[in-house]
Amino acid sequence: MSGYTSDPRIRWQESLPWIIGIAAFFLLPEYLSLGARVLIYILFALSLDLILGYAGIITLGHSAFFGLGAYTAGVLSAKYGLTDPFLQLLAAAAAAALLGITTGAVILRTKALTLLMLTLAITSIVLEIANKATWLTGGADGLSGVKVDPILGLFKFDLFGKTAFIYCLIALFIGWLVVRRMIYSPFGAMLTGLRENTARMHAIGAPVYWRLVLVYTISATMAGVAGALLTQVNQFVGLNVLGLEPSGDLLVMLILGGVGRLYGAFVGPVVYLIAQDYLAKQYPEYWYFGIGVLLIVVVLFARGGILGIIDKWLQALSRQTSSAKASAR
Amino acid sequence: MAASALETDKLCKSFGALTVADRIDFRLEPGARHALIGPNGAGKTTFVNMLTGAIAPSSGRILLGGEDITKVNQAARVRRGLGRTFQVTTLFRSLPVLDNVALGIAERDGVARRMWKAASKHSEITDEAMQLLATLALTSDARTPVKDLPYGRQRLVEIAIALGLKPKVLLLDEPAAGVPSQDSGRILEVLAGLPGDIAILIIEHDMDLVFRFAQRITVLVQGQVLVEGRPDEIAADRRVRDVYLGEATHA
Amino acid sequence: MLSSVVSVAFHGVAYGMILYVISVGLSVTMGLMGFINLAHGVFAMAGGFILSTAMARLGVPFPLALVAAFAIVAILSIVLERLLYSRLYAAGELAQVLFSIGLIFISMALARLVYGNLAAPVFLPDYLRGQVQVLGRDFPTYRAFLIIFSALIIVSLWFGVERTRWGAMVRAAVDNRGMAQSVGINTRQLFMATFALGSGLAGLGGALGADILPVQWSYPFEHLVYFLIVVAVGGLGSLRGPFVAALLIGVADTACKYWIPEFGAFLIYAATIGILLWRPMGLFGVRA
Repeated sequence: MSGYTSDPRIRWQESLPWIIGIAAFFLLPEYLSLGARVLIYILFALSLDLILGYAGIITLGHSAFFGLGAYTAGVLSAKYGLTDPFLQLLAAAAAAALLGITTGAVILRTKALTLLMLTLAITSIVLEIANKATWLTGGADGLSGVKVDPILGLFKFDLFGKTAFIYCLIALFIGWLVVRRMIYSPFGAMLTGLRENTARMHAIGAPVYWRLVLVYTISATMAGVAGALLTQVNQFVGLNVLGLEPSGDLLVMLILGGVGRLYGAFVGPVVYLIAQDYLAKQYPEYWYFGIGVLLIVVVLFARGGILGIIDKWLQALSRQTSSAKASAR
Repeated sequence: MAASALETDKLCKSFGALTVADRIDFRLEPGARHALIGPNGAGKTTFVNMLTGAIAPSSGRILLGGEDITKVNQAARVRRGLGRTFQVTTLFRSLPVLDNVALGIAERDGVARRMWKAASKHSEITDEAMQLLATLALTSDARTPVKDLPYGRQRLVEIAIALGLKPKVLLLDEPAAGVPSQDSGRILEVLAGLPGDIAILIIEHDMDLVFRFAQRITVLVQGQVLVEGRPDEIAADRRVRDVYLGEATHA
Repeated sequence: MLSSVVSVAFHGVAYGMILYVISVGLSVTMGLMGFINLAHGVFAMAGGFILSTAMARLGVPFPLALVAAFAIVAILSIVLERLLYSRLYAAGELAQVLFSIGLIFISMALARLVYGNLAAPVFLPDYLRGQVQVLGRDFPTYRAFLIIFSALIIVSLWFGVERTRWGAMVRAAVDNRGMAQSVGINTRQLFMATFALGSGLAGLGGALGADILPVQWSYPFEHLVYFLIVVAVGGLGSLRGPFVAALLIGVADTACKYWIPEFGAFLIYAATIGILLWRPMGLFGVRA
């Protein structure tokens, strides 16, 4: 999809997510808070796909940036009275970027298990700090009473989640634009090269380490913004945005949708969160069982996730039509 | 005396008690057509790996265009003009041939960091890549993923990537290795047609290729330079023939 | 003051020994096959549940229940290895990570379904309850037993790896798998046997350590980070490295929770990061 031979023009199918989003706003008003949550996780998943699907960095610690962004927005509002939504986002982005560049610079010199372990350790530290620094973060109780000013002075966060949904939709749109541009650019081609054959990248003079730090920092910033959005929408932040679980859940969502395919980050969270909303309430014990089985099935038989399966069907379909055409001649 | 293109000064490498490179003094002139030969285990690959920066020497210096690059890392050496091909094809296998070459050109030109304009719209990169492919008769394969090409053509893509970096010095590690004999003629044509201002060092076992291509030959035996000279001198040298007694002279 | 130092050291060592018994299998199998098995904690949890169920519901005496924990988990691991793990040896790191997460999810859900939300109750036999006097001080008998019994297990394991043919093959294959195969070692069978042993040990450790690490449905995720720290800091494929790492963690964790509880595990994570940056292969790393 990326690269020097790809066509960067937006295909009509790519407008579907936005059409569906706007349709949902008008047709499903009771589900808008779930919808906002889905949009936030899509943004979060996009940030992970950038480093996992494109640069090939396997991490279980991405929740550190998400959680840091979430807590930055929460703390600034609840403890320091900063209620302007854009300033909150900016602060969250800056904090996450700072954590991203410092931890990235330090851990991206390592590989495989050591790297994975370090990402886990870092997210565990952030969780531990949030847990213990009760005076700042509210500890296990979290921070409630997070106030957010009306967007542009006009749109208050209402009880039905209308403002929240459109707010997140616009944020996601901007994030999607940025990521899409990046993927089709020479930088995106370079990231694919990094994933394909790192030795070759060294041999063409690419400063591999610095490129990894750069994409890691960009990814961290996006994840931080997603986290802040969650705090703003819920007007609350708690420990569940940190640690192994949100990282693990996000990984599952991305794999489900399809890694390295841009729109896998859309499909995954939609399917996962909607299914979870329905099934986990009905059968909570069976939910993780089902997800576990699904994960193993995907790993063994459908590595490309849902989009991978759709790709295969489309390919099989086009082969059938072309052979039908050929035999009809 | 004008600066050499590439030079080593008493280059040594030991792994514990095993000395793989023993005070190698080597000089590659600008525009050279130089070959490095020697029996298996002579230390040729280790020598090349030290030149490119893949491994660090135990002692000694390496100079590129007169500048000491002994402590410079691999990618930085490439940026300073030292290119190489690998003995085992090291390509971006699922990417098209054009991308393989374009990635290198983008690095050289400083375009690889650009995040806004689409890659395929960077015509300065894609045009140059296509021109390069044309000189190697790979134009028809531009959009084919490398892994779908026959091995001989993959070796050509290796060379194309290296050329795209506009190196001043090019190290070719067994360019004809594993290539069926009908295709190796193509490789020799390509090698003969390389720009005259690039200094080229090839490591080869195929003596046919070596004697047709090289203007100077260095013979490496057990980590030491045995002899260096013109092809006719080397062919006539008794010590070289002794060393190769029993070795096949054709790939 | 000295009294609390001794107490912390004692409990810390007990914790560390259990961590080692559980994690050593992970270190060896990861060094042997390069398979990132995050689900290792599942075997420890299973061992704990087997012990508890055997003793509480089936009236099995403690020693026999321990054997059952080891044996049943070892057999279970072989079944999993044949059916699932073996398909993923060449599948790459991401696939292995995802697979093991899936396994964790399934086992956590099963544990919750069968055993509910509470920790499995631990019924220690009478002869292991109470206190024991050592050098004029009282120590909990069970913890003392843990230390001694774990030491016995560890010594037997080390002896086995150093002196037996199996051990020699394991050391060879960890060092250089390709070479080991070309001298005729059947690495597939070797791995299966070693995996079974490592998982069985994890089960045994989980059963023994139910006192320190309560056995409940969230066990695999909760303790994953510590198991991985032991292996990563100790060094993949190494036998002694994780022992040192486990003792360090056991003592450090106990000390921190006792003397500076406001910091919790912060220091351990920070130390882990520091050590891994200094020595990415672990303190005693074997794999290059």
